[in-house]
Amino acid sequence: MPVNVDIEKIIELLAKRDARGIAKAITLVEDNLPGVDRLLASLNPKNIDACLVVGITGPPGVGKSTLTGELVALFRSQGKRVGVIAVDPSSPLSGGAILGDRIRMMEHSLDKDVLLRSMAARGKLGGICGSAGAAVRIMASSGCAVVIIETVGVGQSEVDIVQLADLTLMVTAPGMGDDVQAMKAGILEVADLIVINKADHPGADSAALDMEAVLKERGIANSFTKVHKTIASEGKGIAELVGQIQLLADSFLESGERHKRRLKAHDMEVFDWAMEMLKTVVEKEIADYSAEKRQDPRLKANGILSQIMKNE
Amino acid sequence: MSDVRKMRVLIAKPGLDGHDRGAKFIARALRDHGFEVVYTGIRRTPEEIAAAAIQEDVAVVGLSSLSGAHLRLFPAVVEALRKADAADIRVIGGGVIPDEDIPILKDAGIKEILTPGTPVDQIIKAFEDACER
Ligand SMILES: Nc1nc2c(ncn2[C@@H]2O[C@H](COP(=O)(O)OP(=O)(O)OP(=O)(O)O)[C@@H](O)[C@H]2O)c(=O)[nH]1
Ligand SMILES: [Mg+2]
Repeated sequence: MPVNVDIEKIIELLAKRDARGIAKAITLVEDNLPGVDRLLASLNPKNIDACLVVGITGPPGVGKSTLTGELVALFRSQGKRVGVIAVDPSSPLSGGAILGDRIRMMEHSLDKDVLLRSMAARGKLGGICGSAGAAVRIMASSGCAVVIIETVGVGQSEVDIVQLADLTLMVTAPGMGDDVQAMKAGILEVADLIVINKADHPGADSAALDMEAVLKERGIANSFTKVHKTIASEGKGIAELVGQIQLLADSFLESGERHKRRLKAHDMEVFDWAMEMLKTVVEKEIADYSAEKRQDPRLKANGILSQIMKNE
Repeated sequence: MSDVRKMRVLIAKPGLDGHDRGAKFIARALRDHGFEVVYTGIRRTPEEIAAAAIQEDVAVVGLSSLSGAHLRLFPAVVEALRKADAADIRVIGGGVIPDEDIPILKDAGIKEILTPGTPVDQIIKAFEDACER
């Protein structure tokens, strides 16, 4: 596809909180198009600092998107502008993806103060912290008081993504007991609040007890790792959950925990971008590698790296 | 992040009929050919579809209709995009559409019409072409 993006125009639209400008800006980041540095430098750091970033993860189908839609509704009722980034895996075979989280949030489509963007993981080397992190800041810069990142909790890259958040909800549902036991300790450890959604289904109470037991066993139970029950499809338990989110966010802000997490997220994003940039250079070197000059792969790799460092 | 410009499309079902088998079939075929497909589900209004297409920054919107209301609904999506200053987002329509309606829809700004007999290759090609700017 030919690149015909007018970066100045996008920056101008972005400053006006224009939906199209925000969307184009996120594409620019996702596709790593020229001018993206200038765009990111134009963002509003005060708004970014004021924004609360919430991560939502959990097994497939437990109601993360439905819950996200309900959280958005509640934050909107408080007059807050809200952003949502819904991350889905890409097909490892075709590189394509079906991004279906929007289905559960269409009620917010016509609300100009709800920004919703679906993102595919795109099989990126360092996960997608770089582009997801930039998308969070673009939304925050445009005045979102809250940005929610939804991702299916299945592997390490998802754990990385939620670490971009100031705090993370881990959502599960009754009948997922074995999955929860089997879930990587890593995912449970990044969870600040645990939610048992579909509490209208039988077994919600025992699922909650199970979860509490798992947390205790792992020694990661604290006053906030209390298990919440919600029925997202009926809007039940949402106000209590948002109350907890706000309490926890305030306490993290005060204790310096939020600052610590943002620094860590920052480092992760730097790493991601650096790896992606490096990947581009290395791939080009390999593509240009003439058949006659083939040498030992490790030697060649070393050569490429010294070449890059000399150019600095 | 390495320069991987992706073809992004949105598949939507305007109107009142509740069958989205055709829409889902197309969504899966596009995914299997490397597209990122935003799927918005059934019973969407033209305005909702346009707003979603803008936020997702897709190049193409694919619409499916089986209810017979395509003559009203497809042009309404084109119009909603135009009103939102996003006339550059192309619209492709699919479904049970009589031959005589096709020129009317094309006149109304629908780029391509796909009917149940259209082979998958041709469907993919239509979306690829529409993604070219
Ligand atoms: N009974 C019941 N169903 C629910 C509840 N919350 C969501 N659902 C339904 O569960 C299904 C999956 O909901 P989603 O919100 O798409 O779940 P998800 O976790 O986002 O799914 P993925 O993104 O595919 O992993 C939908 O049919 C919802 O309507 C609930 O509290 N109770
Ligand atoms: Mg979802």
